[in-house]
Amino acid sequence: MTGRLSEWRRYWVTFETIVTKEILRFARIWVQTILPSVITTTLYFVIFGRLIGERIGTMDGFPYLDFIVPGLVLMGVITNSYSNVVSSFYSSKFSRYIEELLISPAPNWVILAGYVAGGVARGLVVGTAVMLVALLFTEIHIHSPLVTLLICLMTAMLFSLGGFINAIYANSFDDISIVPTFVLTPLTYLGGVFYSISLLPEVWQRVSLANPLLYMVNAFRYGLLGVSDIPIGIAFGMILIFILILVAFSLLLLRRGVGIKT
Amino acid sequence: MFALDAQQLTKVYKGGFQALKGVDLQVEEGDFFALLGPNGAGKSTFIGIVSSLVRKTSGRVEIFGRDLDRDPEGVKSCIGLVPQEFNFNLFLPVFEVVLNQAGYYGIPRPEAKVRAEHYLRQLDLWDRRGTEMRKLSGGLKRRLMIARALVHEPRLLILDEPTAGVDIEIRRSMWSFLRELNAKGTTIILTTHYLEEAESLCRNIAIINQGEIAERTSLTALLSTLNTETFVLNLKGCVSELPELGGFVLQHLDDCTLEVEMNRDHTINGLFDALSRNGIEVISLRNKQNRLERLFLELVDRRAAGLEGGA
Repeated sequence: MTGRLSEWRRYWVTFETIVTKEILRFARIWVQTILPSVITTTLYFVIFGRLIGERIGTMDGFPYLDFIVPGLVLMGVITNSYSNVVSSFYSSKFSRYIEELLISPAPNWVILAGYVAGGVARGLVVGTAVMLVALLFTEIHIHSPLVTLLICLMTAMLFSLGGFINAIYANSFDDISIVPTFVLTPLTYLGGVFYSISLLPEVWQRVSLANPLLYMVNAFRYGLLGVSDIPIGIAFGMILIFILILVAFSLLLLRRGVGIKT
Repeated sequence: MFALDAQQLTKVYKGGFQALKGVDLQVEEGDFFALLGPNGAGKSTFIGIVSSLVRKTSGRVEIFGRDLDRDPEGVKSCIGLVPQEFNFNLFLPVFEVVLNQAGYYGIPRPEAKVRAEHYLRQLDLWDRRGTEMRKLSGGLKRRLMIARALVHEPRLLILDEPTAGVDIEIRRSMWSFLRELNAKGTTIILTTHYLEEAESLCRNIAIINQGEIAERTSLTALLSTLNTETFVLNLKGCVSELPELGGFVLQHLDDCTLEVEMNRDHTINGLFDALSRNGIEVISLRNKQNRLERLFLELVDRRAAGLEGGA
C-alpha cells in the first residue's frame, strides 16, 4: 500500500515538473507566446467588432461584437494549446533533451499528461487574456459558467493532444507549422467564429456540419451567450470521443517509440 | 548479482543494418568497466538499449536483477546516463536542468534542490547555477551532464565518451571525481576513445567490434598479453650512431631521440645499464603508444583480417 502510494507520489512529482517546466517556458517568452494572440484579437474586435460590426447589426439576437467574442476566445485557446505542445515537444526532440524524460522512470501517460496540461495552461491563459480584451469593448454576462469552462478545457485538451501527435511525427520545424496554417486556421474561420451557419445556403450548412470546430465554437458560444447552431450535447460527446481517440493514439505512439526512439 | 547482465542482445536498424549481433555482457556490481570499440562498433547502440533510448530487436537486459522488459521503471531508476552528445534545453539555467531531471525521477523539489546543490558543488558548477546552458563551455557542459545523471543517485552510472573534447585539466578532475564515486559503491560503465582514460580508471574491459564482443577480460590480464613495448628516450647529448645494446632494438627518431623496443624479458634497469655503459644519458622516457591502445588496435586489426579472410 505504501509502495503504491509512493509510486503515485513519484508520478505526481514528475507530472508537476513537466507542467511547471512547460508553463515557465511559455511565460519566459510571453512576447512570442501570449502577446501575438492578444494583439490579433484586439484588431479583430476593433475592425470586425467596432468598425464593420456596427454596420452589420445583430446576429442570433446579439450585437455582432458580442457574437464574435466566443469564437475569438476559443480560436486563441485552440491555436495556443496546439502550438504550445507541438513546438515544445518538437524542440525537445530536435535538441534531444526529450532523452532526459525517456531515460527516467516516468510512465508514458505521465509524460503525455504533463505536456497536455502545459498546452491547456497556455490555452487558458490566452483565452483569459482575449476575454479581458473583449471586456474593454463590450459587457459579457456568462450564460453558463460550467459549460464555458468545460468546453474551454476540453477543447484545449483536444488540441494539445493534436499538437503532441503532430510533434511526434514532425521531422523538421516546417512540419510543425503545416497543420496550424493549412488545417486549423481555415477550419476555425469556417467554424462559425464570425457568422452563424444559418446565414449560409442549406448545402453549405450541411458541409459546415462536417467541421468539428463548428461544434466547439458553438458550444462555447452557448456557454457565454446561450445561443448555438447545434445541440451542445452533441458537441460535448464529439469532443470527448476525439479526446479519447487521441489519448489512445498518443499512448500507442509513445509505447512504440515512434519518432522518439530508434 | 550483476549490475548489468545482457544476453544475446541484437539490434537491427531500419534498412537492415545489424548494429549488435547477439551481445552477451556481464558487469559486476561495484566494477569500473570500460566498453571500448572503434566508431560504429555498436557501443552507443548497446548503451542506448540499456538506457531505454533504443529499442532492442531481441535479447534480454537485466540491471541489478531487474528485467528491462518486465520492470522498465525499476531498471530506469537504477541507471544514470551521461550521453555522448549534449542533450540540453540550451535556454534553461544550469540549476533548473538538474532540478528538472530530479523531478522526472519523482524526487520532490525540496530534496531535489539539496541534491542539485550537492552535485553542482562537487563538480565546480555551483557558481554557474544561474547561467543558461548555451553560455557554458564544452567542458562545463560535460561536467553538468555528470551532475544531472547523478541527481537521482543511480547505482549504475553509464558514461558514453564523457571527456570528449574536454581539456586535460578538466579531464583529470573528472577522473578523480569518478574514481571517488566508484569507491563509494557506484558501478560505472565507461566508453571512451581515450584509451589512456580506460587504462587509468577501469578494472575490467570489453572490446566490441562490428556488433560483437571481441574481448572481455580484466585490464591487468589484457595488458599482460602485451609482448613488446616501445619507449621513446630523450637524450641529454645527441648521438649520431646507434650503439649496440645487446638484445634491445634501437631506432633513431632524431640525433637526440631514440626509440627502443623491449620484450618481456627486458627490464628498464637493464636498458639504463646498457645505455650508461655507452655513455648515453637519458633525460626522460615515455611510452611510444599507450599499451591499451596497442592491444586494442591489434584486436581490431586481427578481427578485420579474420573477416576479410572469411569473405
